[in-house]
Amino acid sequence: MTQVGAVAWNTFREAVRDRVLYNLVFFALLMIAASVFLGQISLGIETTVLITVGLSAVSVIGLLIAVFTGVGLVSKEIDKRTLYALLSKPVRRWEFLTGKFAGLVLTLALNTAAMAAGLILALLFVKHSLQRGDFVVLIAVYFILLKIAIVIALALLFSCFTSQLLAILFTAGLYVAGLFVTQMRNLNGSRLAPMMQTLFSWISYVLPNFENFNVMAAAAHGKPVPAALILQNTAYAVLYCGIVLAAATAVFSRRNLK
Amino acid sequence: MPGPAIETESLTKDYPTGFLHLKTKRSLESLTMQVGEGEAFGFLGPNGAGKSTTLKLLMGIIFPTSGGARILGRPISDVSMHRDIGYLPEQPYFYDYLTAAELLDYFARFFGFSAGERKERVVKMLKKVGLETAGKIQLRKYSKGMLQRVGLAQAILHDPKVVILDEPMSGLDPIGRREVRDIILELKREGRTIFFSTHILTDAEMLCDKVGVIVGGKLQGVGIPDDIVGMKAHGMEILFEADANDQRSAAVRAKASKSGSRFALRVPEDAIYLALEELRGAGVRITAVSQIKPTLEEYFMHLVEKDRAQAAAIEVSEK
Repeated sequence: MTQVGAVAWNTFREAVRDRVLYNLVFFALLMIAASVFLGQISLGIETTVLITVGLSAVSVIGLLIAVFTGVGLVSKEIDKRTLYALLSKPVRRWEFLTGKFAGLVLTLALNTAAMAAGLILALLFVKHSLQRGDFVVLIAVYFILLKIAIVIALALLFSCFTSQLLAILFTAGLYVAGLFVTQMRNLNGSRLAPMMQTLFSWISYVLPNFENFNVMAAAAHGKPVPAALILQNTAYAVLYCGIVLAAATAVFSRRNLK
Repeated sequence: MPGPAIETESLTKDYPTGFLHLKTKRSLESLTMQVGEGEAFGFLGPNGAGKSTTLKLLMGIIFPTSGGARILGRPISDVSMHRDIGYLPEQPYFYDYLTAAELLDYFARFFGFSAGERKERVVKMLKKVGLETAGKIQLRKYSKGMLQRVGLAQAILHDPKVVILDEPMSGLDPIGRREVRDIILELKREGRTIFFSTHILTDAEMLCDKVGVIVGGKLQGVGIPDDIVGMKAHGMEILFEADANDQRSAAVRAKASKSGSRFALRVPEDAIYLALEELRGAGVRITAVSQIKPTLEEYFMHLVEKDRAQAAAIEVSEK
């Protein structure tokens, strides 16, 4: 665990020293602030607009950082040959990958927390006081973070065997596909051939299912989120990340570095 | 009797080539050799000879196509033995957002040192490589020579028994080369096994107990520098000083070549005593008598040319 922790700490330190990250988080906070004014011209639905725009900003910025930083986690170390000295230490390749993953998840957890704090402050500004239902926003933020963790794991997997550009395309493609998993499983009424329908149905079970992570509507209307869904999403994210990291380790452990 | 610190057996590496990776290019062919404990071993060869490939294979950065290797008796696939190995990659590049002290502290964490130990080691290593005043500067502001020194510091940070250095003197100015050479000599005095690749022959001659020469992926010979080149003296060289106006020495001066105020006379080995008698009779002052030996460089160039000739012959026969 020392090795994983050391790599994670350095990954976090690298991200923290990257100014682009601050700019993106600042942009998200700016969007949240802007949504306060947007809410004021949306009569009667100020809170709904604020929460919807705010959560979208947290999600989009978080995903952008996850994809663009995630794909560079391994490939940048290979391209710049910083990995040579690191792998000459008693560090196993799976420890390196897990550390990289943990470091970026930690970074994004802190970023997301900062953006969530901004959103709560904006809510407080609009509503002057917070009710219990308003804290569903925090569950929505937690689900965004779980989604981000899965995206980081996918980006890490692709960065183990392909170029950064292709890794971005693959990760983004899988993310978008993961938003339509339910539709892929219910193609009965479509014009597609039965064989294709079965194929898409199978693929949908391999794809990350992001649909369950979207509780933006519930958060915007202060509706409670069932505890079972929180548990289910947490278990799903942990399991999915574990499988993807295992696949990344299998690929990376056999890879000859340049 | 202790076993070899490093041993390779039929170590072979092929790289896939072409767009579809259907062809392969052999970078290292059946390398079998041993490096004894406490030995300073120089791995010599021109660029692209397979030196870095060998070192990367030993460090688990790439994997062998066939054959294997052991370091300190353990297979190279055993990452835990990296606790006893230090490695300096060729033209090292490190995380440029870190300072040298931060980088060394980061690497020290992998060896389980406490915070106090880490701090102590970082200060000691920075001093050892002459960077004690630059420890808090980000690596992106470092010169190539300074990076090389940081590379050496991270390689020896944990007191490894075996130090593997890939072209440690490459790209350094004379002062930098001297400094790195001194560090290697110190490591040698400390009894560590040093295995380093280089194409700078004088460094190998100066530092190594033993050298191995690799050309075109094939090991051409291993031994102590004098043995490996088959040190048969080509003859003898006598250096002497003589007065240009002295008629007695005119004959021997005519036979010798002049360099500054000194003359050098080359004679066959069996004619040395006769030549010395003649010089004594001519009233010159003999300053040195030495054997004329082929240098490692001459041997090295001979091998490179032989390999090129073989490659050309194969190309012609294939056509």
